[in-house]
Amino acid sequence: MQAVFFYLFATTMIASAGVVIFARNPVHSVLFLILAFCNGAGLFLLAGAEFLAMILIVVYVGAVAVLFLFVVMMLDVDFAELKQGFIKYLPVGVAVGVVVLAELGMVAIGWSSAPSAADAVANPMIPQMSNTAALGQILYTKYVIFFQASALVLLTAMIGAIVLTLHHKPNIKRQKIEEQNARTRENVIEIKKVPFRTGV
Amino acid sequence: MLTIGLTHYLVVAAILFTLGVAGIILNRKNIIVILMSIELILLSVNLNFVAFSQSLSDLTGQVFALFVLTVAAAEAAIGLAILVAFYRNRGTISVEDINSLKG
Repeated sequence: MQAVFFYLFATTMIASAGVVIFARNPVHSVLFLILAFCNGAGLFLLAGAEFLAMILIVVYVGAVAVLFLFVVMMLDVDFAELKQGFIKYLPVGVAVGVVVLAELGMVAIGWSSAPSAADAVANPMIPQMSNTAALGQILYTKYVIFFQASALVLLTAMIGAIVLTLHHKPNIKRQKIEEQNARTRENVIEIKKVPFRTGV
Repeated sequence: MLTIGLTHYLVVAAILFTLGVAGIILNRKNIIVILMSIELILLSVNLNFVAFSQSLSDLTGQVFALFVLTVAAAEAAIGLAILVAFYRNRGTISVEDINSLKG
């Protein structure tokens, strides 16, 4: 049963990754990227990494892929023109792909683990503990510095994205609430004595 | 064939990695698809981490995959922000037009 689902998830993921690359319309690329991530989450589940699978769905499908979708739909770009060099680069791309796949295949088939690898396990899994609890237990103790560092990375990314995309247009009338609240009767209302039949 | 081991995961991750690398070369002009290919590559790396974590029954691989996810999310956000800023200035996102540096 596990094997059936493994092959199902793996083939769907690889096929949708292929569509991401070869699709003419970038919106289709993004949608198939979402499908690839969902199947990747399925593979994570089969490998016993439940927490990472959920994070993959929440962070990637929920945030990153939707961000991609927004950007693709927001930019008014002629994507047919961007696709033009595709045929020209096809031989190079396929050649590089075959070479990389052959190398990785050799590594994956002819790979063997050192006998001492089993002794070098730093954080052994605890069978009676759920994956999320075990991960949290070491993430908040042993790896707390790295956890904080990754939070800093996210903060930097957030500030950077805001600074890059925020721009103030001049000559726009905006409501200034603090100025409105600071108005008092004394500095706003002016009483003038108007002489009879002369005007101000 | 019917018992799923480490090698199965490694082969799947290798194919996904290859597709990502090929996607960067094939879509040389379209920077959005290049960013998506980078996401595919990072997913394959995460798959490797999780597979080794499972096979050695060591949680360190999953912790590291979590950090890879964090950095990938930050990278996507910054990359797309740069893309939007560039499009606003130049009106194009073709990689071949991004060839002038100042500063």
